[in-house]
Amino acid sequence: MEIYLDNSATTRPTGSVIRALTRALESDYYNPSSLYAPALGVEKQLDACRDRIRAELHLSDAAVIFTSGGTEANNLALTGTLGVSRAPLRVAVSAGEHPSVYDAALSLMQGGACECAVLPLNAGGTVDIDAVRSELKKGLTLLSVMQVNNETGAKNDIAEISRLAREICPACRLHVDGVQGFMREDFDLRLADMYTLSGHKIHAPKGVGALVVRRGLRLKSAHVGGGQENALRSGTENTPGILALSQAIDDMRALPLRREHMLKLKLLLARELAARIPEATVNGPAPEDGACNILNVSLPPVRGETILHALEAQGVLVSTGSACSAKKQKLSRVLTSMGVPARRAECALRFSLSPYNTEEEILRAAQIIQEQYAVLSKFQRR
Amino acid sequence: MRDVLLVRFGEVHLKGLNRPYFLKMLVNNIKKTLEGTHASVWLSDSRIYVAGAPDMRDCAERVRRVFGVYSVSPAVEMEKELDAVCAQAARMMQGVSGTFKVLCKRSDKRFPLNSQELAVYAGEQILNANPSLSVDVHKPQTEMWIEIRDHAYLCNTELPGAGGLPMGTAGRALLLLSGGIDSPVAGYRIMRRGVNCQAVHFASPPYTSERAKQKVLELARIIGAYEYGMRVHVVPFTDIQMAIHENCDPEYTTLIMRRFMMRIADRIAKQNACQALITGESIGQVASQTMEALGCTDIMTDLPVFRPLIGHDKLEIIRIAEHIGTYETSILPYEDCCTVFTPRHPATKPKKDKAAYEETKLDADALINAALAGTETVLV
Repeated sequence: MEIYLDNSATTRPTGSVIRALTRALESDYYNPSSLYAPALGVEKQLDACRDRIRAELHLSDAAVIFTSGGTEANNLALTGTLGVSRAPLRVAVSAGEHPSVYDAALSLMQGGACECAVLPLNAGGTVDIDAVRSELKKGLTLLSVMQVNNETGAKNDIAEISRLAREICPACRLHVDGVQGFMREDFDLRLADMYTLSGHKIHAPKGVGALVVRRGLRLKSAHVGGGQENALRSGTENTPGILALSQAIDDMRALPLRREHMLKLKLLLARELAARIPEATVNGPAPEDGACNILNVSLPPVRGETILHALEAQGVLVSTGSACSAKKQKLSRVLTSMGVPARRAECALRFSLSPYNTEEEILRAAQIIQEQYAVLSKFQRR
Repeated sequence: MRDVLLVRFGEVHLKGLNRPYFLKMLVNNIKKTLEGTHASVWLSDSRIYVAGAPDMRDCAERVRRVFGVYSVSPAVEMEKELDAVCAQAARMMQGVSGTFKVLCKRSDKRFPLNSQELAVYAGEQILNANPSLSVDVHKPQTEMWIEIRDHAYLCNTELPGAGGLPMGTAGRALLLLSGGIDSPVAGYRIMRRGVNCQAVHFASPPYTSERAKQKVLELARIIGAYEYGMRVHVVPFTDIQMAIHENCDPEYTTLIMRRFMMRIADRIAKQNACQALITGESIGQVASQTMEALGCTDIMTDLPVFRPLIGHDKLEIIRIAEHIGTYETSILPYEDCCTVFTPRHPATKPKKDKAAYEETKLDADALINAALAGTETVLV
């Protein structure tokens, strides 16, 4: 029986999501831009999904631009902002950002499109507020800080960052990457200008996400074509993906205590690991302070990748870092930026939860981790 | 008139009474490599001909990779009509610049001009059609070949082939294949001598991953294409590594691990009628490849151990790996977790007696039998 604890990499679509997807493919296959009534019906369903997203983000007049996922939305937030802004263009991103923000910003800087500052992280994995303040004082076009870090679960204090931005540099746009936070941690879009979400992290299929933008904010499109999504993302909408995302949002809403449930499981896992393995060390914020869905733990001296494969053989699926970089065999940029020593960083494991995980799964996983650790920790380089 | 390939074979020419056997294997291998192209392949006048496929360029690329082929020339086959032949030669030299020379060979002595006269006549026609060319009979940039046999054959390009001897003419051997750069190159070098190879790979889950295994199978697929598919024996090796680590002197653990690999390879080779082992070792590259260490591993088998890279520098090996297309796969970073089993200070001048003594601390037979029982064989 598989125990899937890698929900920040992706999630398993639920039965209702798969049914919604099938229905969209079978019955609602019309192009929402077409002129006849069935197409209009599909367009209305897309708008209903936009409404659901707006409601979740507490901003009823936000523009929801559907994209192919989080990466495209993050890219659009950066390039779209720079494309309509006046020089001098300065961007600041936190050292903990996902590569679709971090590398995109560095790439824009290298291409001469803007200046770029990287904001350091503190030991708990959140962005250093003093550094934010100092960069804002220098003047910024765009500040991008993630809601929840994908490797450590550290939650940035977006309310404070937003307050500082409006006070010190009102012209600066604040973008929040909410890929790991959307519908797992509450977010109020009135604090920011742009927010990224991804469907497949909340049990929708891969290939759908959105950039949610405060009404009236101009962006430059990266696509030229039929002018869909207010001309910001040309290309026929991924209607099956979007309708399935609608269903995934409904499913999450049907679990009003999902955050409490995941936090309970996360704290249980942290407690169990600490009790069973004295060497276990949490990377990032204290479990009760971080996001409800992500726990990063090092189990020295066993390398993360080694115990990952040992757990895999027992049916427990976890990650060493973000799935996007797990194949690169480098120490995590995020953990390194937090000052985690290399020996501990290479032993890091990320557990990420979904509302559908159970207490039994956590207890069973903890038991298996303890057993595998007992075997593997005997073997150290001599 | 039709497009053909003229395929020349190299070392096979040196064979004496065995030559027909080698040629038969070579023709069969070319036929195998051209399966699905509708090409016909035949041997005539010490030359192999290929014709009849819609995409002869693709055929040429395939045939070039067949071991035993010295070179391949895309050519035109036509009737032996003098003016038509010369006109065709002129057409083929249209896009060419610089210096040229016409070379003729006339095995059909009924043809009205002899070789020399034909070369002069054709050369004149070519120059008339393309005055920017000039003749250089000593070091021409382009050679235009005209051969008068049962038909006339014309060609002006020669693509180098893979060389070596036809696959399957030199027996069978077992390659110790890791995911690194060297061992696929070693396999290729021996396969090029006509040796059919199987591979053995030692996997150490969870210290090595499924992706690392897939990478090894991909390397086997790349070099296995030269022999139309390769059998890979994947041996579970973790328990042996753990037993060595727990019981033996750390300075000797890598060496003892290599000795176990040799023992297991020896058993698999004999089970599969392989007559030799192949490794990618090169003197002094790492601690387990010093002359003393190689001496300690060699004695674990009575089969010959071929080490075709023994005198190569790493950069030379990388160049060959790039040439045969394994380098990009070899450098994929999927195996780095075995470092726990790598001693910080391995013995560079190990003693055979000491290695044997350390192994008395292990139940070697039981460990090897268990590994062999868990071995999985994959055809790639």
